[in-house]
Amino acid sequence: MSAREAIFARLKANRPAGDFPLPAVPDFAPLVGDDLVAEFTERLGKMGGRVERAGSPADPFAPVRSRLAGAAVIASAVPEFTGNRDLRTARRPQEMADVDVAIVRARFGVAETGSVLFTQDDLIVNSVAYLAQHLIVLLDPADLLTNIHAAYRRPEFGQSAYAVLHTGPSATADIEGVLIHGAQGVRSLTVLLLQRKIQAE
Amino acid sequence: MSEELNPREREGVIHPEVRARSDESERGPNGQRLQHAEAASKPIRADAPREPQPRGARIKGNRPIDQGEAAERFLAAPLHQKAHDERLWDVRKKRDTAAHGIPEWEELREIASQIKAHTLTHLDQYLAQFEAAAKANGVHVHWAEDGAAHNRIVLDILQKHGAKSLVKSKSMLTEECGFRHFMAAHDIDIIETDLGERIQQLDEEEPSHVVMPAVHKTRLDVADVFARTLGTDPDNDDAHYLAESQRETTRPLILKADAGLTGCNFAIAETGTVVTCTNEGNADLSGNVPPLQIHSIGIEKIIPKVEHLGVFIRLLSRSALGSPITQYTSHFRAPRAGTEMHMVLVDNGRSERLGMEEFWTSLKCIRCGACMNTCPVYRRSGGLSYGATYSGPIGLIIDPTFNKRKYSTLPFSSTMNGSCTNVCPVKINIHEQIFAWRKVLAEEHQIPLLKQGMMKAAGAVLSRPAAYRAAIGAADSALRALPRFAVYNPANTWGKKREMPHAPRQSFHAWYRQNRMNKDGQS
Repeated sequence: MSAREAIFARLKANRPAGDFPLPAVPDFAPLVGDDLVAEFTERLGKMGGRVERAGSPADPFAPVRSRLAGAAVIASAVPEFTGNRDLRTARRPQEMADVDVAIVRARFGVAETGSVLFTQDDLIVNSVAYLAQHLIVLLDPADLLTNIHAAYRRPEFGQSAYAVLHTGPSATADIEGVLIHGAQGVRSLTVLLLQRKIQAE
Repeated sequence: MSEELNPREREGVIHPEVRARSDESERGPNGQRLQHAEAASKPIRADAPREPQPRGARIKGNRPIDQGEAAERFLAAPLHQKAHDERLWDVRKKRDTAAHGIPEWEELREIASQIKAHTLTHLDQYLAQFEAAAKANGVHVHWAEDGAAHNRIVLDILQKHGAKSLVKSKSMLTEECGFRHFMAAHDIDIIETDLGERIQQLDEEEPSHVVMPAVHKTRLDVADVFARTLGTDPDNDDAHYLAESQRETTRPLILKADAGLTGCNFAIAETGTVVTCTNEGNADLSGNVPPLQIHSIGIEKIIPKVEHLGVFIRLLSRSALGSPITQYTSHFRAPRAGTEMHMVLVDNGRSERLGMEEFWTSLKCIRCGACMNTCPVYRRSGGLSYGATYSGPIGLIIDPTFNKRKYSTLPFSSTMNGSCTNVCPVKINIHEQIFAWRKVLAEEHQIPLLKQGMMKAAGAVLSRPAAYRAAIGAADSALRALPRFAVYNPANTWGKKREMPHAPRQSFHAWYRQNRMNKDGQS
């Protein structure tokens, strides 16, 4: 008997008696107010992230200019900004090791937690979101959802090879509870509220 | 209760001596102190004098673990003990605040518990669904009956790819399997990437907590370990310096690793997705950087659909750390272009546990650690004193399923206060199962004679309500009248480092009889 068959045989033989129906997940009322941008900004702030409103149409990246000015290597996955590291021609994930700032666009944000979602299509190279020192995230305020339940009704989770919710930067407090940003991944996460030029389908 | 004994009267500080004067934690955009991830809500710091770190239980083959002996050594290290107690109680209070912030908290717990009960009682169907979905996604699916089989399967995958090094994120399952020890014997270099787990690996010690592996160590201990293993300055115990040293020394190992492995918090049957929840992003580095990707999954981690994930994500980090969500919630479903993704589904005693009428619901556990943080025994003895993969209340009911003799004494390391059950996000009746294990172990003669005698007496009293009431009355007056040496003597391990509660002058039953019952004895 294969390991699979043996495990399945035991699971059938040991099934607990009784009726255990699958409960419905109610449509919980969102715990956030109508101003999703304000809620998102406050919640992400508590998780160590930052939210900036885009600058003028001529210079939308003005609020993060100082971060960009200090960066030698910028990898951009968005059409709004041209970096100097081409993600589309990268052959190995390790090539992202020297990236100072990565710029990516979130599929959506979650107001209740301050999270943003990326899929492999948004990141182009998944590793850039972790190997870069700093992450700048473009988010269209129209893409804000109320809570996690709403997020998990989105199709990305059933379609993407990889989907990830980021809520602030990489963090640890494994040494005496001292909170430190940049444990293994990005040291900072800044969300720039900027409308999409082309609406996603 | 004296001021010294009542935490509420000292602004929640149990041990004022571990209140740090300076604060190094990160600040938010407006300068506010941040408390996300496993951060303490206030600075807690073990006092400066160096105190050797108390080590865990002494393992003697298959002989019963003497948790009390290891706990005594932990208590004899007051700097460690107080910092540990303070830190975990702080996390427990953060959990309460987070839970109270959600009006549907109790409903979420109930739904989560029901989803788990449903899935566990239909596990063969959901595992088959998961497997089919994963295969359709292009994933290689493997089945392991036990830990040894898991290790052999992973070794085989590595050898087929000529892989010699593997970076991994924290996984209690791989701890269960003795994964690191096995791979060391086969010349495979294993690198833990979670900071706490890395500290423990470098110190050749097991994790002491399911989400905070090095919570029993002070920064001085970490400075010692890193000086010894990473060549850091032994006199620099700055937490930022230590964490940065780990980042800088681990990153090259991540970049050149041949393979990456993660554990699994939730596995979704409908989509074949593995979900991991981390604060450091190390599961994402392990899964996204090396050319070969492996996920180890305990078969009880299955949930039916994506929509159910929301319930568990809202409960998990709030229960564990008082944080609304972990920094990273990652959904691995299919391989990256040009690479292989393997999923190893591991039984290791779970299908047997499913058949244990009183204990199968322990399979609902989502490994948040809330029961550990709230447990007075755990906070005062440290996770390593249990000498088992799982410590604290959940460990007391899981460990004996792995080895009844070795872990036969563990179910007695509980005050039975029921706090573990009250905080459990999936409503496992932990303290009732602890009691049930005591009965099972007594019946099977797995417990020492002294405890058997106590159990027999307790059983006789508890089975007769009148005798129970008489005994309670006697115990209360005894607590008031007995000299301290009778309560705080070496045979009564609960008395150590604890003050006995003031006994009520009258038991509830006596009060009820006096005040609420009619003269004819009817209420």
